[in-house]
Amino acid sequence: MSRVLTEPDPASVREILTPEGIPLRFELAGAGDRAAAFFIDMLIWGLAVGLIALLASAFAPTDDAAEPGETNRWVIAVVTLFTFVSRVFYFIWFEARWRGATPGKSRIGIRVMDRNAEPLRVDAIIVRNFMREIEVWVPIALLTQPELLWPDAPPLLGLFSVGWLIVLVLMPLFNRDRLRVGDMVAGTVVVLSPRAALRTDLGGREVERSVKKAAQFTFSKKQLEVYGIYELQVLEELLRRQDPYKREAVHAVCQRIQRRIQWRGDPVRTERFLREFYTAVRAHLEQRMLLGKRKKDKHS
Amino acid sequence: MVFQLKSYEFRRERERTWRELERLVDKVEKSGLGALEAAQLARLPVLYRATLSSLSVARSISLDRNLLDYLDGLAARAYFCLYGTRVGVGSTVRDFFARRFPQAVRRFWIPIAMAGVILALGVTTAWVMTARNQDWFYVFVSDNYAQGRTPTTPTEELESGLYDDETFSGRLGQFASFLFSNNARVGLVAFALGFLAGIPVYLLLFTNGLVLGAFAALFASRGLGWDFWGWILPHGVTELTAIAMSGGMGLVLAHALVFPGRATRLQNLARRGRAAGVVMLGAIAMFLVAGLIEGFFRQMVQDVNVRFLVAVGTMICFGAYFALAGRSAR
Repeated sequence: MSRVLTEPDPASVREILTPEGIPLRFELAGAGDRAAAFFIDMLIWGLAVGLIALLASAFAPTDDAAEPGETNRWVIAVVTLFTFVSRVFYFIWFEARWRGATPGKSRIGIRVMDRNAEPLRVDAIIVRNFMREIEVWVPIALLTQPELLWPDAPPLLGLFSVGWLIVLVLMPLFNRDRLRVGDMVAGTVVVLSPRAALRTDLGGREVERSVKKAAQFTFSKKQLEVYGIYELQVLEELLRRQDPYKREAVHAVCQRIQRRIQWRGDPVRTERFLREFYTAVRAHLEQRMLLGKRKKDKHS
Repeated sequence: MVFQLKSYEFRRERERTWRELERLVDKVEKSGLGALEAAQLARLPVLYRATLSSLSVARSISLDRNLLDYLDGLAARAYFCLYGTRVGVGSTVRDFFARRFPQAVRRFWIPIAMAGVILALGVTTAWVMTARNQDWFYVFVSDNYAQGRTPTTPTEELESGLYDDETFSGRLGQFASFLFSNNARVGLVAFALGFLAGIPVYLLLFTNGLVLGAFAALFASRGLGWDFWGWILPHGVTELTAIAMSGGMGLVLAHALVFPGRATRLQNLARRGRAAGVVMLGAIAMFLVAGLIEGFFRQMVQDVNVRFLVAVGTMICFGAYFALAGRSAR
């Protein structure tokens, strides 16, 4: 069977030990997911700033000191303040309230968690979001106005900012846990939100049938020993599929399995065959597992 | 042929518990822990532990991939519900200002003091040099920052800049928010530069001190020293303290990186970084206060004695706050 199992890349799975002593597995969020979440958040934030700017220009008192043609400085003041404060506190507020997810993150299905599996503390959230200010916005500001940092900053600072921006923004690509600087300082990591629905047990119906002596097929021990856990789970995935091409796949897989296990009876091409074979192999492999033998795949 | 699936039996026995937990977790994820009734809240940890034990059993007896993924995910989601952030932003804010911020400042008083000393060193250096030879002023202060306040400016003009200056009086509050965002940004940069092992923090603090010192010397040479400090200090006490804090926290980061001690660099950075972040948040709030004083108060109060009164007042307030707040509470 070809490699079809949608298994996460082992390099991106992290195990944490809960206080109860059971390891839980989390998959690290990819750079693309994180960038997408960030853009959604920035979009929401940008709209909010735009709205405030509109409101401010509608309701601001007249600015006596403004030169003709100059923007009302009350508006500038409100927008400047709101831009800075909302940018930092948008993330902090949501990550604190929504257990580590902002609207963007929750849309994409990722969240922040503590690297050591402790409760995510508000300090950590604060720090990781302050650092974003430094990772992204300060270099952008310095690029355009180097004198913000100190009065006589050389134009070379702009070049430095570009380098800084590139290094810090790409930081998650250069370390094992995909941490950005804020994550490093705060001790956090961004993972995929776990979400899986419990579906029916594929073996359930076959077990019930077999108890009523209604199983159609019989497999020898030797036939059950051909495949391992990997193949079993690929088969599970096939049986759980619901698409128009499933019939063809079932057909092909029946053929392949029957050739491989040297099936003596008539060639069968039904899903029923696969379901019973799945149940029989699973029962066999689970039995062996209880004895401490895990057959990883057909080669072992 | 009769199939014996232990994992199927196992699932039939336990599935109700998982479903119950799933319903609770769904509810919490949607509307928070507050949405649960008392009985459900009491059930949550019980169900969570039962599910964890199911997960651990399932890993050793079941090969049903969907079941394993489901239990893994459910346990993790319940884990987030139970061990996620403590909510209550309001109480967090109160606790922050009443206890955590002053405590963190006391904990890090040495690096903060160090940053303050470097800043003061910058001020003194520029002051002494400019007082001896006013040409140094041009070295320390760039043209766009000086805004026409140079050694060649007539004394009356300098003096009017401290009081009823045209460029400021029209702006009042408009200017305050700009000052705040600007200063807060400088503070954040000082903090962040700690990540580059600290050398730039010293540089930043020192150069900012130089500018202040050069101005002080210029004004003092015209007999405006008292008025100058009356102009700077009402907001300067707050702002300079906040700058020293930011720089000091930058030094804390640098220290954590350069001398990790027994922990790994990353662990150490995370531990110290979080503690330093508490101070930074407070420093941002102080920049806000400083911006308000600078933008509003200084323009409205023209009497130098009142200005000094306010400067001394803020000094006493902050001194008492950092020395005393959050001492007894634990």
